[in-house]
Amino acid sequence: MTDSLTDKLQVIFPDFEPRKVLDYTVLDVDSEAIPQVMKRLKTYPDLGFSMLLDITGIDYLTYPQRPAARFCVVYTLRNWKKNWLLQVRTPVADPDRGVESVAHLWGSADWAEREVYDQYGIIFRNHPDLRRILNHWQFEGHPLRKDYDIFKGQVCYQADSLEKEIRARLTAKGIDESTMQDINTEIMFLNLGPSHPATHGAIRIFTALDGETIIANVNEIGYLHRGFEKTAENRTYNQIIPLTDRLNYCSALMNNIGYVKAVESWLGLEITERAMFMRVILSEFFRVQDHLVCLAANLVDMGGLTNYWYLYNEKEASYDLISRLTGARLTSSFTRIGGMYRDFYEGWENDMERQLKDIEKGVNDSLKLVLQNRIVHDRTQGTCVLTPETALSYGYTGPNLRSTGISFDLRKDDPYYNYEAFDFCVPVGSYGDIYDRMMVRFEEIFESIKIIRQAMKMIPDGPVFVDDHRVALPPKDQVYNKIEGLANHFKLIFEGVKTPAGEWYDGYEAANGELGFHFVSDGSGTPYKLKVRPPCFYAMGGFHEMIEGEMIADAVINLGSINIIGGELDR
Amino acid sequence: MALGLEAGLGDSVLTTRLDEIINWGRQYSLWPMVFGTACCAIEFMSAAASQHDISRFGAEVVRFSPRQADLMLVCGTISYKQAPILKRIYEQMPDPRWVVSMGACASSGGIYDNYCTVQGIDTVIPVDVYISGCPPRPEAVLDALIKIQEKIQTESVLVDRHIDFKGILD
Repeated sequence: MTDSLTDKLQVIFPDFEPRKVLDYTVLDVDSEAIPQVMKRLKTYPDLGFSMLLDITGIDYLTYPQRPAARFCVVYTLRNWKKNWLLQVRTPVADPDRGVESVAHLWGSADWAEREVYDQYGIIFRNHPDLRRILNHWQFEGHPLRKDYDIFKGQVCYQADSLEKEIRARLTAKGIDESTMQDINTEIMFLNLGPSHPATHGAIRIFTALDGETIIANVNEIGYLHRGFEKTAENRTYNQIIPLTDRLNYCSALMNNIGYVKAVESWLGLEITERAMFMRVILSEFFRVQDHLVCLAANLVDMGGLTNYWYLYNEKEASYDLISRLTGARLTSSFTRIGGMYRDFYEGWENDMERQLKDIEKGVNDSLKLVLQNRIVHDRTQGTCVLTPETALSYGYTGPNLRSTGISFDLRKDDPYYNYEAFDFCVPVGSYGDIYDRMMVRFEEIFESIKIIRQAMKMIPDGPVFVDDHRVALPPKDQVYNKIEGLANHFKLIFEGVKTPAGEWYDGYEAANGELGFHFVSDGSGTPYKLKVRPPCFYAMGGFHEMIEGEMIADAVINLGSINIIGGELDR
Repeated sequence: MALGLEAGLGDSVLTTRLDEIINWGRQYSLWPMVFGTACCAIEFMSAAASQHDISRFGAEVVRFSPRQADLMLVCGTISYKQAPILKRIYEQMPDPRWVVSMGACASSGGIYDNYCTVQGIDTVIPVDVYISGCPPRPEAVLDALIKIQEKIQTESVLVDRHIDFKGILD
């Protein structure tokens, strides 16, 4: 299929040569051609790249084979219908001149470009609101530039007022003095967060209200920006696994798997059958955990505390299995490049089956309270509707995208780890309202359990780690008795797993949507650059589209329904 | 049988020391305000759920308004962007107030030794009890709660706490 994309690209853009990397296509484009190329990619029916997954910058200052231009901007695009993945790269010699913004084409570009500006200082011309997003407004410099010292912290003395931004948003919505005369009142400004029970973490939802109705909304994130990407540039590949735990901490193991899968894809490593099955089982088990927390918290926000006990207690009970397997409750760090840290323990099947039964019971108990509940229906149906077009434009993925009726799931559409061999459905919603988002998650819990049961029947015996000296530590008797073994061990630990120089992107269907990793390798054991494509970041980017025109109480449960996790949102 | 003064007064009054009775009340009705930002907040959820049941220690009335709380639990990483908010929330809490720093990030910056993370919240607000772990187990949260209760016992209503604290934002 990708070949036909290459052909089409060659016809439409004869000036640029598309090339294949892994199983996707890369197009190198001059920065001056960006507006035209991007417009065609989005609007030409033959191409139809309706999703802009991510934008990132690269600083080649200390790269061994340094190209002429110091910076580069990379756009990752997807055509979900044909399952095409395309990266458009453009060199940027002068960051102050930068490139033309594409925010008018895709909603997701708004925040994505702000992030690149914040981290790399690359200007996006004609961007509607180019200011910092992850770092605070008093920050000076751009932390992901290679000449920025990782330890150089900058104190923030005061929170940003956001007044200018909300006024701009009001103007954009056509609300001015005359509207206020019409509604015969003044607009009230209200902050939800950054420290608020409804925000489930630290997000600031700044609203302009007419009574209880939200007429304009601006959101601020970055309160949990922990410098994942800069830290990753100073760690070996395996040392980054504990950092990935703390991205989406409700489903830590899924991040571990997504991350090592991305590294392995570049190394061309085929992991063992048993490791693949383990990853499928654990992925799905953690998907269930993630949905349990999301639904429990969401229903508490609605006032249904009993659901919290039914759902969260099952997550709590699952920790017995998880800690017995991984040694930790929350932060598992259970994968390694080339396989799994350990095999399952003796008798895990019984524990797993018992836990699955308990989860089914808890979820069914909760559903009994929800399904026929008039209050839940009235509060969730038809509120905060997300249309498929908006969802695609803002780069929504995962359950949030599927709730709008778009059946896109990487496990089905771009299968990995033998997902095509499992019998499962992809639940989709029909209206894209809060109810659909909740129900898609409820259904996905049952589908995931189905996959786990099938995988438990089929899981083969065998090793869980590849036998490849590039990634696998040698057995201990060789380390102690042979100089080659000792040297190999030493190099793998101190220098890390070496990856060939190059750049690549790999996506993975995490509980919240597409979790992607964009790497730049200089051939050493440490990534030159690592960018995470977090599903939450883009879900939050379109949040204002969902809540404007709705009530303030709906905004609260809507935030719960799109499942924003701070660690992943701000990294 | 009561002895001394109480024996003479019958069942009408009880004698104690002011600090003793006030501390007794404070210690068993702590109202926590959860300043949850990251992974540790998920473990606090576990501490509050049925299995660990924080209400056994008289601290289950979790307040999200600092004005109604006297125990601040900082669960998670505090970035420089977050620090002024943390300080303001702390200042909104009425005296006496206690602070628990939960987890490696809040206590020291943890694994995030970089440009955006505050290297320990005790550079911003005074801290009474630190919990180690990344994230700590719910039992550790309960342990910290008991530590705070023990600390309260030794305090006096006549002495102001942390009056000479000076952090990076002061």
